[in-house]
Amino acid sequence: MSTGRDPGLQPERTRLAWRRTLLTVTVVTALAVRLASTGDPTGALIAGGTVLVWGALLVLCWPRGTGTGPARTGGRTLPLVTVGTVVLALLGVLLVLRGLW
Amino acid sequence: MWKTIRRWFDPAELRSVGEPPDYRFSLANERTFLAWLRTGLALVGGGLAAAQFLPPLPMSHLREVIAVALLLLGAAVAIRAVDHWARTERAIRLGQELPASRFPAILALAVGVGALLLVVAVLMRAVGGP
Repeated sequence: MSTGRDPGLQPERTRLAWRRTLLTVTVVTALAVRLASTGDPTGALIAGGTVLVWGALLVLCWPRGTGTGPARTGGRTLPLVTVGTVVLALLGVLLVLRGLW
Repeated sequence: MWKTIRRWFDPAELRSVGEPPDYRFSLANERTFLAWLRTGLALVGGGLAAAQFLPPLPMSHLREVIAVALLLLGAAVAIRAVDHWARTERAIRLGQELPASRFPAILALAVGVGALLLVVAVLMRAVGGP
């Protein structure tokens, strides 16, 4: 059977890509919390911020990674997860520089 | 620049351009975005790992410099990912050629040069130091 289309697979592959992304976010958050846990109250504050960003990304990515049928494409979720990633990176910079002053 | 950023957050504006494409192309474009985002996240994770797992290096604060460079590179990759996604989506809807980009080549060079510098740092430590 060859219809030239694969209605089921493309949305499924995209859902799995969202799940992989969320998994990567979780690993990065764990690394950030570990780095923050060695030291002062500033570290705890930044760790809290990191966990908040992780929660926001969880809420954003989860609906895109679950369900069946046609997947939604595009939308505001994409720039928003980008913002989340950039915030994680900047919190990481704060964590690294915190030890220097 | 602000106009570009506002465009990323405005799906209605993007949908008003050109023709609705075959959904497979949009999904493939979205997966490419996610793959780049994971690349950025991996760089961020690498920076965080460098900051806590690298042993002290021969130059003072070299570890922090490596970590911050990786973190900022990761943020840049993420921002470039959403920009490229939006420009590709626009090109698909308008039936134009996909946007060309030097970014992958530049990123590969940066990572390669960074790795070579680290090899030099490790060798210096092995030869010179205790």
